[in-house]
Amino acid sequence: MNTTARFSLLAAALVTLVAAMPAAHAEGDYRAKALAMMKQDFVSKGQAGTDRIAEDGLQAICNRTGNKPPAGIAERLQADQLAGVKLPADGKLLGDWKSGEKIAQSGRGFTWSDAPGLPVGGNCYNCHQIAPKETSFGTVGPSLFRFGKLRGYTAEMQKYVYSKIYNAKSFNLCSEMPRFGHIGALTEMQIKDLVALLMDPESPVNK
Amino acid sequence: MKYRIAVVAMLALGMQPAGAQDKPAATGKGAKPPAVMPVGPKDAATLEFEKFRSQMEQQGNPAELFEMKGEELWKAKRGPNNVALAASCDLGLGIGVVKGAYVQMPRYFADAGKVMDAERRIVWCMVEKQGFKFDDLAKKPFAKGSFTPEQTSLVTYVAAQSTNMKIAVPLKDPHVREVYEIGKEVVAYRAGPYDFSCNTCHGADGKRIRMQNLPNLSTPQGALTAVLGWPGYRMTGSVMLTHQWRMGDCFRQQRFPQPKYASDTVTALLTYMTANANGNMYKGLGIKR
Repeated sequence: MNTTARFSLLAAALVTLVAAMPAAHAEGDYRAKALAMMKQDFVSKGQAGTDRIAEDGLQAICNRTGNKPPAGIAERLQADQLAGVKLPADGKLLGDWKSGEKIAQSGRGFTWSDAPGLPVGGNCYNCHQIAPKETSFGTVGPSLFRFGKLRGYTAEMQKYVYSKIYNAKSFNLCSEMPRFGHIGALTEMQIKDLVALLMDPESPVNK
Repeated sequence: MKYRIAVVAMLALGMQPAGAQDKPAATGKGAKPPAVMPVGPKDAATLEFEKFRSQMEQQGNPAELFEMKGEELWKAKRGPNNVALAASCDLGLGIGVVKGAYVQMPRYFADAGKVMDAERRIVWCMVEKQGFKFDDLAKKPFAKGSFTPEQTSLVTYVAAQSTNMKIAVPLKDPHVREVYEIGKEVVAYRAGPYDFSCNTCHGADGKRIRMQNLPNLSTPQGALTAVLGWPGYRMTGSVMLTHQWRMGDCFRQQRFPQPKYASDTVTALLTYMTANANGNMYKGLGIKR
C-alpha cells in the first residue's frame, strides 16, 4: 500500500475515533457550523482558490484534537509523513548558505496577492532567529542561531534538517511550521541551501 | 495640510509598512551584530512610530477627516429612497443613536435576523433603508489610493462616537453567544497550503512575526490590542481602513482565499475578539503604520 493510501486509512480511523470521544475542547456543533459557514463565505482570488478552505487528513486530525492528537497515533502518522520525504538523489544535502540566507529572508508566495508559481520564499525569519546580522526576526518558532555549532555538523543532523524543512509534521504532527517540500513550495535545491544556512560551518549562523 | 507633512515625515523616517514581513528587512549599513542575542522586543523604527502616533493622536488624527465626511453621510437624505440613516438606521440603541453604538457591536438585530458588526450593520441600513444595492457596495468595499468607500467614512463616524467608552458586546444574548462560539472555531481552524489558522500567529502570548508583535486573541489584553486602533488611518498608502478590512488581510497572509464582504465569517471573528475585550476602554480612531 502506498504512503498516501495508508495515511488516508489511518486518518479515517482516527477521525472516527476522535468523533466518538467526548468533545475535549469545544462543542462539535459549533465546529460544524463554522465549517459550513466558511464554505459559503469565501471567494477565489488570485491563486488562492476556495478549495483551500477544505482541510486535508492531517489538518483534520490537528483541528479535531486541538493540535494534541493521542501520542501513539501521532507517532504513527508522523512516521507516515517522514516516509513521504524525498531526499536528494545525489545524497548531497548541503547547498549554498548565501543563497539559503536569501530564501530565508523572503516571505513571498501563496497569498492571493503573490504572483503564482515558483520560486517562493522560505518565510524563515518571519518566525525564527537565524543569522545574527538579521535582528528583525520572529519568535513563533525557536531560535536557530548557532544551529550546527550546537548540534554538531553530522550527516545525521543534515538529514534531520532537510526532512524537517521538507515536512515539519514528520517530527511533530501538529507543528505550526508549513510542510514546504511536501506541498511543493520549496524545491530540492532551495531546501539544500537552507540546510547549508543552518549546517555549514562557514555560515554566519555558526560563527 | 499638517497631515500631509506628517505623512512625508513618516516616509522620511523610513518606516516600514505593516506588511514588511513580506520583504527582506533592511539592516543598517556597517551595523555590527550585537554581542548578545536576542534583541529586545521592539526595534528603533517601532519605538519611533509609537512616539509619532501618540503625537498625532493628540494633535489631530487624519481619521477625523473621514469622521467628518461620515457625519455628513449619516445625516444626509440619500439613496434611491432619499432617507437619512440618522432617521432610519438602528445600530442597536434606537433609530439614529450613534453614541456608544460601536462598542456594543457586534450584536443581534432582530429585523435582519443576524448578528452584525458595525460595518455590516451600516451596509445593511444603506441597502434596506436607503435602497442602495449590496453588490454595488461590495464591489470596492475598502479604501484604495484616493478612493474611500462611503461605508468606511460612516463606520469611522460611528466608531468615533464611542471614544473612551467601555467595550460591551452583549454576550448574554444567546444569538451573540452562538456566533462567538463559532468565531472561536474559525480562529482555531487550520487549512490551506501552509496549515495556518488565526491561532498559528494569534494563539499564544509574546510571539512576533519579524518585529511585529502578535496579540493573543484569546486573552482580554490581546483581544483589546486587536480591537483598538480600528477603524484606523494607515500611513502606508494614506488610507482609512476598517476592522473588516483587517480580517481580510489576515486571511490573505494565512494563504486563505478572500472572505466575502460583510459575511458571517468576518462577523464571527469580530464577535470573538471584540467580546474577549469586553470591559476595556475603546480609545477611538487609530493610526496605523
